[in-house]
Parts: sequence; structure tokens; C-alpha cells
Amino acid sequence: MTVGEPLVEQEGRTVYRRPQLLSNPTSYCPGCGHGIVHRLVAEVLEELGVGGKTILVGSVGCSVFAYDFLALDSVESPHGRAPAVATGVKRVRPDRVVFTYQGDGDLAAIGTAEIVHAAARGERITVIFVNNGIYGMTGGQMAPTTLAGQQTTSSPRGRDVATQGYPLPVTEMLSLLPGVQYAARGSVADPALVGKTRAAIRRAFEVQLEDRGFSIVEVLSTCPVGWGLTPVEAMERLRTTVMDAYPVGTFVDRARGIAPSLPTPGAPHRSVTEGF
Amino acid sequence: MTALDRRADSRDGSVAPARSDAGARRVDRVLMKGNEAIAEAAIAVGCDAYFGYPITPQAELLEWMARRMPEEGRVFVQAESELAAINMALGASAAGARVLVSSSSPGISLMAEAMSYMAGSRLPVVLVNVMRGGPGLGSIGAAQGDYLQATKGHGHGDYHVPVLAPSSIAEAIDLVRDAFILAERYRTPVMILADGILGQAMEPVAPAFRTLERQRPDWALEGAEGRPPRVLKSLHLRPEDLEEQDLALQRVYDEIRRSEQRWAGERLDDPDIVLVAYGSAARVARTAVERLREDGVGAGLFRPITLWPFPSEPLRHVARGARAVLAVEMSAGQLVEDVRLAIEGALPVSLHGRMGGMVPSPDGVVEAARRALSTGGEDGR
Ligand SMILES: Cc1ncc(C[n+]2csc(CCOP(=O)(O)OP(=O)(O)O)c2C)c(N)n1
Ligand code: SF4
Ligand SMILES: [Mg+2]
Repeated sequence: MTVGEPLVEQEGRTVYRRPQLLSNPTSYCPGCGHGIVHRLVAEVLEELGVGGKTILVGSVGCSVFAYDFLALDSVESPHGRAPAVATGVKRVRPDRVVFTYQGDGDLAAIGTAEIVHAAARGERITVIFVNNGIYGMTGGQMAPTTLAGQQTTSSPRGRDVATQGYPLPVTEMLSLLPGVQYAARGSVADPALVGKTRAAIRRAFEVQLEDRGFSIVEVLSTCPVGWGLTPVEAMERLRTTVMDAYPVGTFVDRARGIAPSLPTPGAPHRSVTEGF
Repeated sequence: MTALDRRADSRDGSVAPARSDAGARRVDRVLMKGNEAIAEAAIAVGCDAYFGYPITPQAELLEWMARRMPEEGRVFVQAESELAAINMALGASAAGARVLVSSSSPGISLMAEAMSYMAGSRLPVVLVNVMRGGPGLGSIGAAQGDYLQATKGHGHGDYHVPVLAPSSIAEAIDLVRDAFILAERYRTPVMILADGILGQAMEPVAPAFRTLERQRPDWALEGAEGRPPRVLKSLHLRPEDLEEQDLALQRVYDEIRRSEQRWAGERLDDPDIVLVAYGSAARVARTAVERLREDGVGAGLFRPITLWPFPSEPLRHVARGARAVLAVEMSAGQLVEDVRLAIEGALPVSLHGRMGGMVPSPDGVVEAARRALSTGGEDGR
């Protein structure tokens, strides 16, 4: 039996076998979304049968120890630089599967240049982008993705957009780039969404295996500790407030004809300045 | 086929550049810029991947690689910044590639963080710094103001990087190969510290661009099929674990200090004064030594080739009978610190330093040497 195949139907729910690529139980806080995303990645890699030829490019954030939980060849990156590190790995080993696993502080703040340019170059890498709207590891400070008005330890009166700006919709921004072959946003808010997120992660790796270009899956996730909520409250907030601000869905899957309606710079299109 | 597979396919699984069929590839005497010669030397050595970002006075190195690496079927990426370039190098090195990165002073500052990570993760890379004037944006003239940055660690944490300082283009070609040997032997970043004069000058060279064999490293990442996963990292959260790692690193540095110090000497037979200089400054100092000798002054030149590890013991030894030591540098008094540490107060040590892209003149050095001998030494900038 391959992993990811349903083990049993329990009370109408599908239960998956624990993937072998998940080497140790994770040590995240109760209610943290990172553990769920780790499991999805492990299941997908096993399902695709590529775990043995995959290289994980880690990042700096609560998931810094991802290599302790995923039984994969792994390399650490400085904070934010994982897409550049992954570029280096993939360019010299184009026959391997290479992915980064990054938080929103890592990817959308300090690493903005690296993610944009890896995407612009159409690097054949996959990015798993876990957006919990906060800097979990350093104690719950504001991230670029933090919602307007959201209280954090560095926006104690709530994020004031007048001085602290608006949340950064990185995945939508990247979707405009022709090098981006697949971009989707999922969520861990309920089992149905987890299932869809799993399918998106699978598709993202397939796009890499087909050598099409850059693929990214943003996963809206929880940080009960940083949000100052219980695990149950955190899931509720994710399902409502967070998902209202960040729509889930597939933004780009060029091989399947899904592309943003905005003209893609650099790609053939009718000029939008026409009629100006 | 990947760059690394080509390596594995070459005879006996070792590295050889695609075009070479002998141990050494002779090229007729050609006029080459230092930057170009360094680039071509790395290609001959079997560099699999190059990452860089344009900056004067090193841009020709990047441009040479942009043309030549694809010709050889190897990897060239012009990165979006020096930050990205060095991190691409980190990734390629982790995957077992032989990697070259180059930049000039401001770009090298940006690379400091990743260099520290690479030292901690035991990842080899060769980094070329074609120094320019500083601080800040400074000037594009040749300078040596990055000596302390290069030799005292560069980034954060307890680490060192072996630093090789060529003073001619022919020597730079040899040192590129030596740098890869050191990087792989000790699993460490290695820096070639050049300057704008060396990078930009054209010299007729008859270089023997030599190859270098390499087995695929047994620590490199390739996917964990059929074996336990490998993790390349610098993070060790428990202080006990990190100290153990740090001690292991220090043992490597001790071994490098013991085995890899290099220097060259000229006219060091019974000198009254020893001039100490590296890189382009050493060429001026050499001229000054000749003039002093013509005038009957017993001057000699000590030229460190490894700036880290600094050849302290050899310098102490050659300076034993001298009356004074003079450091000649294109910086405000950086090299002189290591010279003073080596001499340990046994002799007066003085400085002749020019900055900002200004190069010491032979006359200026001769005068500084005479002053050092008569007054016992004062620093002159
Ligand atoms: C250069 C640098 N700056 C700052 C830090 C400190 N730091 C570690 S993790 C982190 C933020 C992580 O947030 P995120 O990427 O959202 O991950 P999370 O913990 O929320 O999963 C920061 C700022 C660092 N390690 N390196
Ligand atoms: S601090 Fe937040 S992101 Fe980090 S492990 Fe805990 S819940 Fe997860
Ligand atoms: Mg976060």
C-alpha cells in the first residue's frame, strides 16, 4: 500500500497512514499549523515516490527544525534566503526535487527579493509558504502579512495601516510573473480545506517534476501562541477573519490554462495602455 | 545531463573540465586582465557553478563567466544581489558542486552572513574580493581596506576563512587552484583577496591553466535514497552541542595554521629593514627595496601570501637581525596589526599606508623606510 492511500474510512472520514518521511513527532505548540503542513508535504512526496531524490531547503522561523521531522536530505538557509539557496541546489542538480519551506516573515519580509527573483527566473523549485500572519519564533511580532488592526507584540495597538502599511499579498503578486507556473493558496482551517491544500501541494510538485517552472503553495496557518488564542479559537479565527482577508484558491496553473486576468508583464498581451 | 553528472561521468569519477585531456592545458602567451585570468583559471580547475552580481572593479570576471560557463555546459547565474549570489553558492556547494563567487568590497560586506553560515555548515566555496576604496561606496580605485574584514572573520561568530593574496596575474591563476584545494580539503570557504589594480591590469601571461581532480564529496546532498538523510546546518541550539561544533572547527583552523602558511621573500639576506606588503602594494614595495639596495640600504621584502593564517613565525624569523619593520599597505593600518602581533615588540614596526584608491609610490616607500631606520619608526599615512 502506498502512503496517502486511505487506510480506513472512519465515521465517514478518510484516515491516512502516517508517512514514513515523517521521521519524528513534531514539537510545535498545540494547535500549530506547521505540523499539518509537514504531514501534507511528507504524504505528497511519498505518494509521488520522490522522497529519496528530494532536497529540503530549510528557512529560519519556527519550522527551522523541519529537517528533524522530515526524513529528507536538507540544507539550512540564512533567514529569507531559501529561494536563492534552492536556486543553487536545483541549478547544479536539475534532476532532483528541490523545495523550500518558509514562514511569512522569512518569505514576505526579509526574503522578498529572493522569492520575487527566483519566481521571475522561473526556477524549477517548489515553495511551501506557511503564512500564519506573525513572527512565531521570535515572540509574535508583526509580519508583513499581519492583518490591518491585528494586535501583535510589535503592533500593540493593532496594525495601523497609516504607519505600518497593508498586508502583503505575495502569492497574488507572484502570480503575475510568467515564470510562475503554479500558484495557489490553501488553508488548514478544516479537513476539507486540508484536503484541497494537499492536492495543491501535490500539483506544485508535479509542476516541478514536469520541469515547467516555479511553483508555490501558500498555506494559511495558525499560531495560537502568537495570536494569544486557544487552539480552537485560533482555528475559528483562521476560518473567518483570516480567510476573509486572504482568499484561497488556485491563482495560476498555466499548463491547465489558469492564469491571472491581468496582463502578464513580459508575456504577449494586448497593451493595457491602448485607448488611453 | 547535470554539471555534476558530467563530473561523475568523467574518467574515474573525478572532476575534469569538459575540454581538457591532460593534466595541464597550455595556452599561448596572451594578454589577459586579472579578472579574466581568475575566471578562466576557475573554469580550468573544474568550477561547476558561478554566481555573481556586477560591481566595479570586478565586473569583467562576471562577464567572462557569463560567456564561458555556458560554453562549458556549466552553471552561471547573475543574481539579484550579492546576498542572493552567495546563498546560491551555499546551495550549489551543499549539493556537491565546486563553486566560485566574486565581488568587490561593498558586495563582500553583503555576503558576510552567508559566509558565516557556510563556515558553520562546513561548505566549501571560493570567494574572490577585488577590493576597492572604502568605507561606504568609497571609490572604484584599488585599495586594501578590507584586510581586517577578510582576515578577522568577515561575518558573525567564531570562524575564519583562509585568505590568499596574489600579487601578479600569474600568481592569481595558481592561487585559484590552491584556493579550491584548501576549500575542499578543509571544507571551508576560502577567499582570494585581490585589488582593483590586479583585477583590471592587463599582463601578458603564459598561464598553465591547471585542472584539479575531485571525487564527489560523501557529505553532499543528493536525496536520501537508500541511506539516512544528510543535514547541512550551522544551528546547534544546545550550548554544549554548539561548543563541541565550535571546537571541531577550531581544530580545523589549528591544522590550517600548522600546515598552510605561505609567504615569499626577496632580498632577505641579512636585512636592516624588512618591508611587509601583499598584493599590489608588494609590487611597489619590491621596487622600493631595489632602490634602497642600490643606495646601500639593507632592505628586504616579506610578502605574506596567506593573510590568514598570517605567517607570523616566518616573519619573526626573517626579521631577527633587522633594526626595523615597515608595513606598506593600501589601507589605514590594517596589515600592520598582524605584523605587530608577529614581531611581538621585538623591533619597532611602522606603517606606510595610502588609502581611498591612492597607491603608495616607490619614492614614498623609500622615504618611509629611511625614516623608520633613523627614528625607530612612526606611522605615516
Ligand atoms: C538576519 C536575521 N534576522 C532576524 C532573525 C530572527 N528571526 C528568527 S525567525 C524570525 C521570524 C520568523 O517568522 P516566520 O518566518 O513568519 O516564521 P514562523 O515562526 O512564524 O513560522 C526572525 C525575525 C534571524 N534569525 N536572522
Ligand atoms: S509559536 Fe506559533 S508558529 Fe511557532 S510553533 Fe508555536 S504555534 Fe507554531
Ligand atoms: Mg509566521
